[in-house]
Amino acid sequence: MLAVLVRRLLNVVPTIAAVVALVFLLFSVLPGSFISGMNEDGRTTIDPAVMERMRKEMGLDDPLAERFVKYLGRTAIGDLGTSFRTREPVTKLIADRLWPSLKLTFAAMLFAIAIGVPLGFVAALKQGSVLDTASMVGAISGLSLPKFWLGLMLMYLFALQLKWLPSFGYGDGGLRHLTLPAIALGVSPMALLARTTRAAVLDVLNADFVRTARSKGMGESRVVTWHVMRNALVLVVTTIGLQFGSLMGQAVVVEKLFSWPGVGSLLVDSVFQRDIPAVQGCILLIVFFFLAINTLIDLAYVLIDPRIRYG
Amino acid sequence: MKGGTSLWVGGGLVGLAVLVGVLAPWIHLTDPVLAANLMNAEIPPGREFPFGTDAQGRDIYSRIVHGARISLTVGVISQIANTLIGVTLGLTAGYWGGWWDDLVSGLTNLMLAIPSLIFALAIMAILGPGLTSLLIALGLTSWSYSCRIARAQALSLKSQGYVQAARILGYGDLRIMFTQLLPNMLGPLIVIATLGMGGAILAEATLSFLGLGIRPPYPSWGSMLSEARDQITTAPWLSVFPGLAIFFTVLGLNLLGDGLRDILDPQSVARRT
Repeated sequence: MLAVLVRRLLNVVPTIAAVVALVFLLFSVLPGSFISGMNEDGRTTIDPAVMERMRKEMGLDDPLAERFVKYLGRTAIGDLGTSFRTREPVTKLIADRLWPSLKLTFAAMLFAIAIGVPLGFVAALKQGSVLDTASMVGAISGLSLPKFWLGLMLMYLFALQLKWLPSFGYGDGGLRHLTLPAIALGVSPMALLARTTRAAVLDVLNADFVRTARSKGMGESRVVTWHVMRNALVLVVTTIGLQFGSLMGQAVVVEKLFSWPGVGSLLVDSVFQRDIPAVQGCILLIVFFFLAINTLIDLAYVLIDPRIRYG
Repeated sequence: MKGGTSLWVGGGLVGLAVLVGVLAPWIHLTDPVLAANLMNAEIPPGREFPFGTDAQGRDIYSRIVHGARISLTVGVISQIANTLIGVTLGLTAGYWGGWWDDLVSGLTNLMLAIPSLIFALAIMAILGPGLTSLLIALGLTSWSYSCRIARAQALSLKSQGYVQAARILGYGDLRIMFTQLLPNMLGPLIVIATLGMGGAILAEATLSFLGLGIRPPYPSWGSMLSEARDQITTAPWLSVFPGLAIFFTVLGLNLLGDGLRDILDPQSVARRT
């Protein structure tokens, strides 16, 4: 277990370094800096002297290589810089938003797993039935829905028409405010999980060891729990990991729609305010979350499938 | 759903979207951008305006019909770009191997670690809103799937007898890649590109909804929804129809991709998700 962890961490470190470099270069090398863009979009006009001072203050006139090394050094010790807008450390801005973000992602994933996995399982066991067809039509529809539109429709129906739930905001952070955004975010991973679970179970149902188990007289319910579930689990857990990891990034639009104070809405607001350090920090956090979840999932494999023992 | 059914239903929906997009200037009722008339503001769907009008009095039906052009343009062009990048990198990496393969694999893993929507959002933030920026942002950020497939296929195909034969006949590397390997991996690549098109259309709508993609007054389905959000209490139809347009177009592409997979890529149980 420890060996697997160390191995995985060694694999992840270069990826993180590459992402940090990419996030820095993306916002430094491409044409149109944020400050010059402030004038170009026509919303504001800034005195050239002020622009000059801003560039100096933010260190934008230093040579690229020097800024790059500084940025790497700072990021490595967990300093994400100072927000251009609020003049606070970006780590503090993000820390304030982290808990709402995690809450939303966990709630959405819980919803997706609780409905998607059983649905796919039953669909596979009853392959070709009406239930199977209906749930697969539902799943592909779920994958085709724009999250923000689903959210908008849920908001209209459950908040504005039926008045069962609040339409937006964080409130006390309780279940009432969490429900609609979590469903809007959770529907597409749910649909994907239903499809993956069904495919994985169907695959295992045709395996030789399942036929052997049946032919030696094992009861169907034991076959399903002992052989099918356990073997289908690897693919299901992989999908859960990939979905869960990318969910914080996918949450951007849902957070914005429901005015949920998470990292995603911080990212979008920072983009509009041209607050580069905050944008970079949010992107790094979202990528880091993805890599962290996937490392955990790799560890979970070892528990699920004893055949997997990396070196 | 049976492969045949999803192929036909998906093909039908996609065909309809393409037809509407191509014929937009002939089947629209009024100009989608210029025909604003405050006397007609927020009229519910009815005989004169089948999908109603927005706050500026523009006909929603006409705007949706034109929005199909933007969505399909973004979907098709960004997927062509992604496929070209992915196939070029994947094919050469799988065939040549060595340091080039290590480099491409590292790059692919890097791309997989950054959620493509976030990557596209970052690029839009730098380039500013607009169709060209969208095509760049979406065309450069999701090639990792086609790259992985092309690489895996090249790896398994290069030891096949007919590839060995071509090499003995003195075919150059590029000629082998294009005439021997590429035709044999087209099936899975077409499937990935079809599904990717749906993803690109969703991404365009999302970015435009956030105000980073196509800006009003141009009729992108996403930017229409972004404007509609503020009027959801007084004019809910503004939010319904553009959303349905996105949903049915993406559903069509997803069904078509599923149906094509059953025909073109029958062994891919693991990728059947």
